[in-house]
Parts: sequence; structure tokens; C-alpha cells
Amino acid sequence: MSDLVKVESPLQHADFAALSALTTEGGVVLREDALLGHVNLRGNAQDPEFVAGVAKALGLALPLAPCSSAQNDDTTIMWLSPDEWIILVEGGKEEATEASLRANLTGHFAVSDISGGQTILELSGDDCIKVLQKSTGYDVHLDNFPIGKVVGTTFAKSSAHIRRTGEQSFQLVIRRSFSDYIWLWLQQSSKEYGLRIAL
Amino acid sequence: MLHIYCPYCEEFREEDEFHPVGEAHIERPLEPEALTDEQWSQYLFFRKNPRGLHHEMWVHGAGCRKFFNMTRHTVTYKILETYKMGQQPSVVAEESE
Ligand SMILES: [Zn+2]
Repeated sequence: MSDLVKVESPLQHADFAALSALTTEGGVVLREDALLGHVNLRGNAQDPEFVAGVAKALGLALPLAPCSSAQNDDTTIMWLSPDEWIILVEGGKEEATEASLRANLTGHFAVSDISGGQTILELSGDDCIKVLQKSTGYDVHLDNFPIGKVVGTTFAKSSAHIRRTGEQSFQLVIRRSFSDYIWLWLQQSSKEYGLRIAL
Repeated sequence: MLHIYCPYCEEFREEDEFHPVGEAHIERPLEPEALTDEQWSQYLFFRKNPRGLHHEMWVHGAGCRKFFNMTRHTVTYKILETYKMGQQPSVVAEESE
């Protein structure tokens, strides 16, 4: 038996590498940020030791305000609920991140590596807002959805955590089992604007 | 479509993101074995189902996945308040007309 395990994105079959070579003009740009480390963290935000422990482990303060996020060069933290966060790191670093959290936290907390359970899509381009407006009931106007905000909401017939990364760019955290459905949905709903795949 | 304020996300969201769960403030008896069958069945199965103000539990399933409470009028569907688990309602009587 080989020791080598080949990790595949749930959208491996879409072959984004080949699609990106097509010189399609498009108002919507899609890129999969595949195979990142996804670490789910749960704990008591009212406990200063917990908050300090996370900051020490990650070198980044936990976002405590509802629907907020924090980011530095190698880590992104998204608020999911008052006691739950998702931490995104470079693929392969999730184990070290988990170990570092465990080393710095005590008491009642939970750290789970869920990298295999979800993937990330980046949606950008001049018409990406229109595609989002077709896909979710959430108000994506900049006044209501500023850069850095993250919301868990419905997306097509599925759900997603959507984080705004720029005026016209968004990250979608989606479940592995729904990724093909969402990929098909995005192809259909961006058809009228043109869809370009980026790498 | 109801517009519901999630007390954890601290903003209004579409009804699609939520599910109703049933009557709020039902406490599990501390000593179930000390209850009669009738008392136990009251706890398990019997609900108020009022015409008027109702305190009910909802879950923000597509959002923060937290359960919370709501005071809603079952005739007009008007939502009078939402509040966190463990808190008590502030609206407990209908305004007289
Ligand atoms: Zn919520």
C-alpha cells in the first residue's frame, strides 16, 4: 500500500485548469481556492483566557463582533456564531494550526480539522453582484455588506458563508457535497454575463 | 415573507434562513422518574397553541445555527420581539385596543 494519499478538491472534475485556458470574455470571474486548511473552532468568547489563547496561537485576534472577520498574511478567521469560527490557512498547515490551538487553549473548547468537508469559491468581476443577487436573498449592497463582513445565508437551494473581500469580490465557503450543484448553478446564472475561470 | 431579527447575528434576515421549532420556555423536568405518566405526557406532548401572543423557539439554520426565542402574534403574524436563549420575554400581554 502506498503512503501517498492524493487529495482532490470536490470540483476536481470541473478541470478549472483547462477552463482557465479558454479566453472567454466575462463579467463574472470564478476561482476555486482549493485545498486550503479549514479549522473549525468553538469556545467561549466571554472567557478572556480563551480569546488570548487563540490570539497567541494564531498571531491574529479572534473577531468577536457578529458577522465580522480578521485576516493577516497567512490566516483568515471568520465569525460563524457567538461561539464558533472558521480558520483558513494554507493547505497543509491545518495540522500545525490545530496543534498550536490545542497547546494554547485550556478548559472547554473544540478544534476540528474540517478541510475535507468544504471548499472555497472566489467570485469577482463587474457582474458578480448580479449573480449573487440571483443566488441569495441577503442584501449585498455595500452599505449593508461592507468589505470584511461575513454572513451565513442561503445560496441557491443550498447555503454558504459569504465574505466580502472587495467591492466586487467575494469568498464563498461551501460544503463539499453541494459544490457540484453550486458550480452548475454559477455556470447557469452567469451565462448572460459571461463566465471566466481564473486560476 | 417574514423579516426576522436574529439576536445573535444582530441583524434582520429573510425567513428562508430560519425554521420554527415550537413553543419556547419548556423546561425538562429535573426528576422525570418522580412524575406521573400524565405529568410526563404533559411535558412531552401538550402545547399551548394560543390564538394571539405566542412565545416560540426558532433556529437560524442557514446563519449562525443558534436557537433563539420570539414573541409572535399567531393571528397577525406580527413579530413583537426576538430574544436570546435563557432570556425572558418582555412582551407578555396584548395591547388593549
Ligand atoms: Zn443568526
